[in-house]
Amino acid sequence: MTPAIETEGLTLRYGHFTAVGDVSLRVEAGARHALIGPNGAGKTSLVHALTGNVPATAGRIRVAGQDVTALSQAERVRRGLARTFQINQLFRGLTVMENVSLAILERERKTRQFWRSFAADRAVAEEAREHLAFAHLEELADRPVRSLPYGSQRLVEIAIALATRPRVLVLDEPAAGVPAAQSESIFERINALPRDLTLLFVEHDMGLVFRFAERITVLVGGRIMTEGTPAEIQADERVREVYLGRRGHHGAA
Amino acid sequence: MRLIRIGAGLPLLLAAVASFFLFPEYLSLLNTLFILAIFALAYDLLQGHAGVVSLGHAVFFGMGAYTAAVLAAHGVTEPVVGLLAALLLSGLLALLLTRIVVVGNDLTRLLVTLGIGFLMLEAANQARWLTGGADGMSDFTMGPVLGLFRFDFAGETAFWYSLAALVLVYAFLWRLTTSPFGLALRGIRENVRRMPAIGAPVRRHLATAYTISGGIAGLAGALLAQTSNFASLDMLGFERSAEVMMMATLGGTGSIPGVVLGAVGFSYLKDALSAMSPKYWHLGIGLVLMLSVFVLRGGIAGGVSALLRRLRGRG
Repeated sequence: MTPAIETEGLTLRYGHFTAVGDVSLRVEAGARHALIGPNGAGKTSLVHALTGNVPATAGRIRVAGQDVTALSQAERVRRGLARTFQINQLFRGLTVMENVSLAILERERKTRQFWRSFAADRAVAEEAREHLAFAHLEELADRPVRSLPYGSQRLVEIAIALATRPRVLVLDEPAAGVPAAQSESIFERINALPRDLTLLFVEHDMGLVFRFAERITVLVGGRIMTEGTPAEIQADERVREVYLGRRGHHGAA
Repeated sequence: MRLIRIGAGLPLLLAAVASFFLFPEYLSLLNTLFILAIFALAYDLLQGHAGVVSLGHAVFFGMGAYTAAVLAAHGVTEPVVGLLAALLLSGLLALLLTRIVVVGNDLTRLLVTLGIGFLMLEAANQARWLTGGADGMSDFTMGPVLGLFRFDFAGETAFWYSLAALVLVYAFLWRLTTSPFGLALRGIRENVRRMPAIGAPVRRHLATAYTISGGIAGLAGALLAQTSNFASLDMLGFERSAEVMMMATLGGTGSIPGVVLGAVGFSYLKDALSAMSPKYWHLGIGLVLMLSVFVLRGGIAGGVSALLRRLRGRG
């Protein structure tokens, strides 16, 4: 089967610093794939290069077999590759409903319309409500995003990405910055996503990774150190050494 | 917020109509206010809705003014035709400039638009054969509007002509800003970084907004040239570009009725303050601008909606 994401020698350099070095990653369709590694391992850089936020220095990226290396971020989104951000990137002055509606309108190319009210578009409003219901945000629909508690804002991040109707969703630390109890419920929502949606997620909390991931790639110094099932990764001495051995250190980060 | 946005258009229109009967001596002044309101609305589509600043927007105002004047001088004297030509040409100029304006950040945009303003001013100054250079252009006569309404000495026709244009522009922009395209512009204002991550063509959106804004600014310039029978270099100068920014800020950038009030309020203040002290009126304008940013937070519109929230909170 064609993998959902496939990279070949993906490299991202800033001057002499190699943030991502020669990464060949394969994420199967429908996977629950985690990307882990110590701080500064290049996880977010890899997400940037994958999604086109930053153009890659070298290498190739394929989404569902299609080469997207030369495409802009927006064009990759149109081919089904969406992402969320480690630090909220929301439309803070707009309501929750408007945040999600905007993503739907862009997907449908309806943002060229200027002669009708966006709020009067029933189909868009209905779909937006579905995404909000999924993210448990229905009651906050008409609140400006900036007035929401941080945990709810993290869910808006995901709802916006879902509104692009992705085939592959890359989640960059979806529960970053929220208390443990809430990160649990965020991952519960992620786990409830349809199985045909491929998930690649970066996460620091090993408990969550081992519970929700079916496949794990370990990144160290911008390169892939190893890859395997949660059991294999847990048993890997080297991983223990570079990562789990210093867990207390990362827990504080 | 919602209450003002929908409800303010009608009272504003009624006030404008009433002013015709209340201040028959000041029709030409009122005409100027309507034109400045159109210009400010055009500018605020960029600043208030898309969150993109420009310090050279008078370029389009001037382009419209000269288009109307040149056409009339060459025999095309029907005003509405001149208006449409100005709208198209200024819009086209804006479209041509988008490539260098839309890229970059606010600082580069300020500098680039400022630079374009100076270039255009000098170009208009040098093209004496077409624009009359520093002397301006006044050797043209406008025909009757739609062949029916002749411009009169008291300024009655000009009053209704400009008011009609203002109403159309107001309604058009109100519709546009509540449309899917308008939401996309607000998305750019709120977080331009997220936009590509939802597949949005940001440059295309900005180019469209810039073209529409430039076109409407040109329409305002054409109205001024036609109703004052004059086009001159100050119509595209830096001061006019800076003033339109102040009008939008004073009125409440992002609010359509607010910006209309800002244009009127700014013109009134400028007049009253310079009557009080011809030498130091800038001081007064400066103080009022700071008040509208720091105290009212969001200009007149921001002040009104804060007041409404308070009243409702108490009731």
